Amino acid sequence: MLTILFDGIAYGMLLFILAVGLAVTMGLMNFINLAHGAFAMAGGYLTVALMQRFNVPFLLCLPLAFMVTGLLGAVLERTLYRRMYQKPHLDQVLFSIGLAFMSVSSIDFFMGSQQQIIQLPDWLRGRTELFDGALGMGHYRLFIILICAALTVGLQYVFDKTRFGSQLRASVDDSRVAAGLGINVNVIFALTFAAGSGLAGLGGALGAEVLGLDPTFPLKFMVYFLIVVAVGGTSSITGPLLAALLLGVADVAGKYYVPKLGAFIVYTLMLLILLWRPQGLFVRKGGK
Amino acid sequence: MQKRFLLKALVLSASLACTGAMAEEKFKIGLILPMTGPFASTGKQIEAAAKLYMAQNGDMIAGKKVELIVKDDTSAPDVTKRIAQELVVNDKVSVLAGFGLTPLALASAPIATQSKTPLVVMAAATSSITEASPFIIRTSFTLPQAAVALADWAPKNNIKKVVTMVSDYGPGIDAEKYFKDRFTFNGGQVIDTLRVPMRNPDFAPFLQKVRDAKPDAVYVFVPSGLGAGVMKQFAERGMDKAGIRLIGTGDVTDDDQLNGMGDVALGVTTSHHYSASHNSPTNKKFVDAFSKANGGLRPNFMAVGGYDGMRVIYEAAKATKGAGGQALLDAMKGQVFESPRGPMFIDAQTRDVVHNIYIRKVERVGGQLYNQEFETLKDVKDPGKTR
Amino acid sequence: MKSSTADVQRELLKPSRWQIQEFIFWALVFAAPWFLPGHALIVNEVAIVALFALSLDLVLGYSGVVSLGHAAFLGFGAYTAALFAKHILPDPVVGLLVATLATTLLGGVFSITILRGTDLTRLMVTLGLALILLELANKLDWLTGGSDGLQGVLMGPVLGRFEFDLFGQVAATYSLVVLFVLFLIVRHWVYAPMGATIKAIRDNRLRAAAIGINVNAKISLVYTVAAGIAGTAGALMAQTTGFASLDVFALDRSADVMLMLVIGGVGWLYGGILGAVAFKLMHDVISSITPQYWTFWIGLFLVVLVLVGREKLLKPWKWWSA
Repeated sequence: MLTILFDGIAYGMLLFILAVGLAVTMGLMNFINLAHGAFAMAGGYLTVALMQRFNVPFLLCLPLAFMVTGLLGAVLERTLYRRMYQKPHLDQVLFSIGLAFMSVSSIDFFMGSQQQIIQLPDWLRGRTELFDGALGMGHYRLFIILICAALTVGLQYVFDKTRFGSQLRASVDDSRVAAGLGINVNVIFALTFAAGSGLAGLGGALGAEVLGLDPTFPLKFMVYFLIVVAVGGTSSITGPLLAALLLGVADVAGKYYVPKLGAFIVYTLMLLILLWRPQGLFVRKGGK
Repeated sequence: MQKRFLLKALVLSASLACTGAMAEEKFKIGLILPMTGPFASTGKQIEAAAKLYMAQNGDMIAGKKVELIVKDDTSAPDVTKRIAQELVVNDKVSVLAGFGLTPLALASAPIATQSKTPLVVMAAATSSITEASPFIIRTSFTLPQAAVALADWAPKNNIKKVVTMVSDYGPGIDAEKYFKDRFTFNGGQVIDTLRVPMRNPDFAPFLQKVRDAKPDAVYVFVPSGLGAGVMKQFAERGMDKAGIRLIGTGDVTDDDQLNGMGDVALGVTTSHHYSASHNSPTNKKFVDAFSKANGGLRPNFMAVGGYDGMRVIYEAAKATKGAGGQALLDAMKGQVFESPRGPMFIDAQTRDVVHNIYIRKVERVGGQLYNQEFETLKDVKDPGKTR
Repeated sequence: MKSSTADVQRELLKPSRWQIQEFIFWALVFAAPWFLPGHALIVNEVAIVALFALSLDLVLGYSGVVSLGHAAFLGFGAYTAALFAKHILPDPVVGLLVATLATTLLGGVFSITILRGTDLTRLMVTLGLALILLELANKLDWLTGGSDGLQGVLMGPVLGRFEFDLFGQVAATYSLVVLFVLFLIVRHWVYAPMGATIKAIRDNRLRAAAIGINVNAKISLVYTVAAGIAGTAGALMAQTTGFASLDVFALDRSADVMLMLVIGGVGWLYGGILGAVAFKLMHDVISSITPQYWTFWIGLFLVVLVLVGREKLLKPWKWWSA
């Protein structure tokens, strides 16, 4: 039972890191970016390529994944995405799906269609059993939880306590007024988008071991990201975090205890939550 | 100037006449595969194998030029059916081939029957497919063949209690049913049967459940490509240390992925009809040629299904001198030959494949991981038909 | 100034009049399966998808409801028609009516869920319902055939006389007739007072409510009707192909049809039809050139379409104006 909770939390935290960029982008720039999964995939494939072809150690690949995908996000934001802000939502959807298709096909072309396998360093492969087996913690999942927890604390700190964070929050609440106050909204957009994409890339690198990595990754997991964002709301960090944890634990526990209903659980849960609270579980007062 | 022009015109019209004449004399093969989507690696392997066969055996049969038309059906059955229909009606193919998944083959069966076009199944593995149309021939394998073989082997090797874990679709359910029936018949006990959803499979909770049930072994079937995920979760849960063995059909240790799985796959015992390390001259030639033509890629059982399918088509076409229809079908039935997998034949009654099933273990050979065969069950017919 | 109400009326009614292009378009469309017999199959597929896109247009274009789960109705119609033909009566037209009715009822029930929340909420709720139906169909495999699909659906002849042939000409004409009839009905509806009401709701819900329109009731009505039409498209699919399988509920179907509709343009009825034609043809052509990497080119097309703008793409002479 505890093991399942542990597994669910690890899964949930991974989903959170993957989806938080999407949540903030949607809340901030009111832009539906369905290509978000592509950044995650890029991070994953970058890690695989670095490890297999250049023998770069796994730990080093993680920050590299973050930085390179972040950079990629910044470049794309500047060149392509910026033109899309004013366009209607449907056009944004079309655009981001188009980007997603292109990325899926390109990766297929360059890296092949099979699932990529990462060889973790030995110290991440063990397992610790506590309480006489009632709680089994895979070391890799423990690693994921620690990293994601650290990132969450960091993100929350930036969001709440730094100048950038308050400028970001102001821009999310009302970008026009924020601009009127002298905040450089364009720079905020660019930095946030880059950070969100970078986090997705990091999530992809971390998740390759647990979630699998193949060219259809962006399309496969997009639904889960959207669920996290819809349930968690787009105006805070804690919202998507709690939503992701809920989703992770429910999915894992559901499949363990009621395997016949396995796939239903997540969708039904989401449906019920959204019917009960259409704005998402956590809406910040004063937000849009 | 005039002369040159006339000459050119003559040459042009002559070549046009030739191609016109040649266009009449073509033997077309319609190869429908999932080239995109989650099963794209299947499509790639089969296409590569088919092209290899053509490269090795030339592209002329009985004076006709062989044309291979490859189409992607994105694993959507209504698209497969439409493509099959178009290939028959527009391109006038003499034979349909490929079919990566069971629903795709089943959907196209009526086309084969209606148009009297032989349909060679190179990948799909559910038992009932060959019964969907009298024009279907299979060169891949059936899950019951592999499942029953393992269910016979397991009790003789200290495996008495098993939990089965299969993907929730046709072949998975076949694999579970036939293993369970035969295993219990042999005195074993199947403690639990778990089915993993096809879409977004996450094996962690299911494997945890297996672990908590403490069986002697877990019997796994997942479609080609997902084996790595199972292995990793298996290792992560410490199941090998808890004394649980991993057994299953060879799809779990798919040659396509096996080498990348690492040490966690060592010792996994599976039953299947093909291993890239099968020790025969035919296979060595096949593996070498395939590798060379595809940048070092190792062929897997999908590729062998494609390669043998082409062989069946070619030999049948030679026998009928390029004609199609019922004659072509009859020439396919009963073919006996040596395949890279070992000896095999197409049963004239059931039109299904009969071949050896091997029990193999994953070992490191020359620095690479291979499924090493250590036991052979000869000429296994599909148990699904003999019921 | 004799401008008067008559002139204004004429202006407003102008779009509802049939224009010569429309006659030509439909004439060509109906002729297609007979003049291009080799392509009757894809004409059939395009007709069905166009009908599906048309129904989504009612929801997305005319009421402004974002739905990623419209395939729920496509699937429900398909399975209902297939089961009806297999177990009760193989007559196509009767099956069509039954499936449409059943799906309309389902739409009515589902329409309760889309009334509240933001666009994102609706997106996820509709998607969730479609995926739940998919899992349901998978679990009830004794009824639906599960992931193998529902096989063995033998359709009787249309109207007792026209058998479904291997060339697909009967199928294509059947689908086109159904498409045309429903198109006429929807067209009439959209230019009737109901259409104006629903457009008002789409443009500004608050104001529409303020002038006394029962917003929720109207949206539910449109959604229910659209669901029925989508069910018809599903029934056509099951009947003309002779089986039904799980992926008819999948996210890909809903996403593809949304793409087609947006490519063609929402809010004018031909958007869905033209988008379906364009998308399907492009897919077919590109796929035969590069069976493995066609998604790349489609993706590129979408990106360029959005960046350059639909206007400029369709009218190249405008590239050098402002």
